Amino acid sequence: MKKKRVIPILLLKNGYLVKSKNFIKHQNLGNPVTAVKRLSEWASDELIYLDITKNNHYDINRDDQNYSNNSCILDIILDVSKSCLMPITFGGGIKTILDIEKRLQAGADKVALNSVMHDNLHLISKASFEFGKQCIVISVDYKYINEKPKVFVHNGLTNTGYSPLEWVKIAEKEGAGEVLLNSIDRDGTQIGYDLDLIAQISNSVKIPVIAAGGAGSWEDMKEVFTSTKADAVAAANIFHFTDQSVYLAKKYLFEHKVSVRSPEMLFI
Amino acid sequence: MSQEIFSKVIKICVLDYGAGNVRSVMNMLSRLNKVEVVLSNSLADIISATHLILPGVGSFPAAMRKITSELPLNKIESQIFNSKIPFLGICVGMQVLAEEGYEHTHTKGLGWISGSVMQFESNELSLPHVGWNSVKKINNDPFLNNIDDSDDFYFVHSFVFKPKNELNALAVTEYGNKFTAIVKNKNIYGVQFHPEKSQLSGLKLIKNFLEN
Repeated sequence: MKKKRVIPILLLKNGYLVKSKNFIKHQNLGNPVTAVKRLSEWASDELIYLDITKNNHYDINRDDQNYSNNSCILDIILDVSKSCLMPITFGGGIKTILDIEKRLQAGADKVALNSVMHDNLHLISKASFEFGKQCIVISVDYKYINEKPKVFVHNGLTNTGYSPLEWVKIAEKEGAGEVLLNSIDRDGTQIGYDLDLIAQISNSVKIPVIAAGGAGSWEDMKEVFTSTKADAVAAANIFHFTDQSVYLAKKYLFEHKVSVRSPEMLFI
Repeated sequence: MSQEIFSKVIKICVLDYGAGNVRSVMNMLSRLNKVEVVLSNSLADIISATHLILPGVGSFPAAMRKITSELPLNKIESQIFNSKIPFLGICVGMQVLAEEGYEHTHTKGLGWISGSVMQFESNELSLPHVGWNSVKKINNDPFLNNIDDSDDFYFVHSFVFKPKNELNALAVTEYGNKFTAIVKNKNIYGVQFHPEKSQLSGLKLIKNFLEN
């Protein structure tokens, strides 16, 4: 039987792991590669890395080290994929087929595409054909404007005018293989997932839905699985501030009859 | 976990044809002690290998195009069929063992195990089939030693291998429908999932393959 997945998200900014709130505040949490070792020991089902570096800021911070955004990210992917035996998705700043190819070659299993769907929709179908839909994840950030959910791109700055449902349906038609739904309003707030919207999307598309944004407790994660058809829950902050977090989350879900892989600690 | 010492000298050649996930496969194999691993398409490495592994991601036609242009298939076939070298195909590397595939367009496969690769029908469940799932043995084989229902493997695919002969199916997986998760024909093995991404269960399976 297929298991529901529990997925830590790691946000990268200027080469560092950060904590985020509402996409605005970012607090430095340290080295992105050492975090993987912990998450691997706790038997995470997958990892999602999202690079939220804005190019101009990046260059200012890293001029002294002579890193370009791209080479730094590829180095991180290389190091991360060496440190764990689990699937890894990388997102952030991907604009071309070559960007995707480089990330996959460096050890990513999937890529998450976000703003490029707004800037160059055709890339989705092209990438899906080239690399297979199984490695194309569409990352959808949305927030409520006058009580209506709207998809935002460019790190939450540009309102596309589309609802998440419209957006995800377009992505699915273009050949996306999975969708990562992220509520900007709930990001870093710990008030629980946006269950209604997650239910609506997971009822309306065939591709698997990964729910993110708002996790404050393991119980919040259970709610996603008991009240929606989502395939996975993802979270960032909650997994980085609790020792053995992923193990404990899976233990809680397992004991509450959610079909997750049995919780264990791994030393591989 | 990498304490075991295999009972014989092992030299694995991971066949290099430009498949995307080669690095993950190499990362996993490099964790095993006393095992020599090369990523190569050279005759010398293929001839001296005790085990051959064909990784794969992406579509059937793209994989077949690269395999036929980048790999010395005659030599590989002679190693497999005459010298009986154990061979393992992973994901699309397993699917291309079939005689034909129907992804995007009809494409000829390697034809080392009779069967076709078809779109998977998961009924009401989401597709692609992404995530951790168990396998159920239907034929006994040392490849499945110590593997049971509690082992989960990482799958990510929407096409499946349909073997003509049931004896070629070692294990099946349930996902809205049953499909073949592991195929075998003599010394040729193929797995639909990714052992290199399947943590402890994946390592167990790879060790079984290498003990072969």
